[in-house]
Amino acid sequence: MRNINVILTVPVLTLSLACNAPTAATVLDSGGKETQLQLRSMQSRVFDTTDREKTLRTIIATLQDLSFVIDKADLELGTISATKLSGYNLRITVSVRPRGTTQLSVRANASFNDEPILDPKPYQDFFVSLEKAMFLTAQQVD
Amino acid sequence: MKLKYISPVLVLFLVACGGIPKDALQFNIDTLADRQLQTRKFDIKDEKALILAGAGVLQDMGYAIDESETKLGVVVGSKNRDATSGGQVAGAIVLALLGGGSTPIDKTQLIRASLITRTSDSGSILLRVTFQRTVWNTQNEITKIEAIKDPVIYKEFFEKLSKSAFLEAQEI
Repeated sequence: MRNINVILTVPVLTLSLACNAPTAATVLDSGGKETQLQLRSMQSRVFDTTDREKTLRTIIATLQDLSFVIDKADLELGTISATKLSGYNLRITVSVRPRGTTQLSVRANASFNDEPILDPKPYQDFFVSLEKAMFLTAQQVD
Repeated sequence: MKLKYISPVLVLFLVACGGIPKDALQFNIDTLADRQLQTRKFDIKDEKALILAGAGVLQDMGYAIDESETKLGVVVGSKNRDATSGGQVAGAIVLALLGGGSTPIDKTQLIRASLITRTSDSGSILLRVTFQRTVWNTQNEITKIEAIKDPVIYKEFFEKLSKSAFLEAQEI
């Protein structure tokens, strides 16, 4: 029995050390190699519309289609937060801001099991889903 | 006996550093069926009245309202409930009798619901409700984090809402 405990404790400790990050890095999410600009770019798209309410409602409908339950919504702030539970915990906040006089900028940032998602692919997938619902093209931010 | 110790380690290994599933943010073959299961159409022009009725039904079902933004047709509620299952209790007793020691069983759950309304192209109001839950066992460990997709639950919710709003809920 003692042998089993020793055998199991070593990989568990190694795992927890490998996955833990120092406090400063977790509070500021400053440990990644992505710059703030790269992160914003992969998380943002621009749509040719100025209808904030309709855009927020479409974001909510898209998140529901993706099996999220909405946590919070704020029209004035232009933000929606939602959680997807499917054997994992996926949290997302999507914010909508005016860009110039003819466009809206939509930014999504998400975390998976309490880890920030820094891979561009899930964000691409989200915006592909959103542009289908918006009937508008999601344009990459310059 | 060894399996009892090895399986939690395997789960930990898979969950601890595993990445996001490839299709987590993509529409899939279930998207349309889920939408139809969770949505009903109401012949009413007053979106606010429908969302008020929906919030009332959530309260009838014991949910506390956590968040609302009626300008976007959003109401969110949650409740904590017992998650003890007769089958699990029986299984734990049998294992204990066979000398397997005390086996953790599901104890409590947090159920969340979001209720969203929007106007359809035809001018009637669509209401979509979605439920999810997190289950903890007797050792305070999370054993389930899942969306609730049982058609019976949605059918009953919309029956209650129809009665409350004096309106017929039509499938989409």
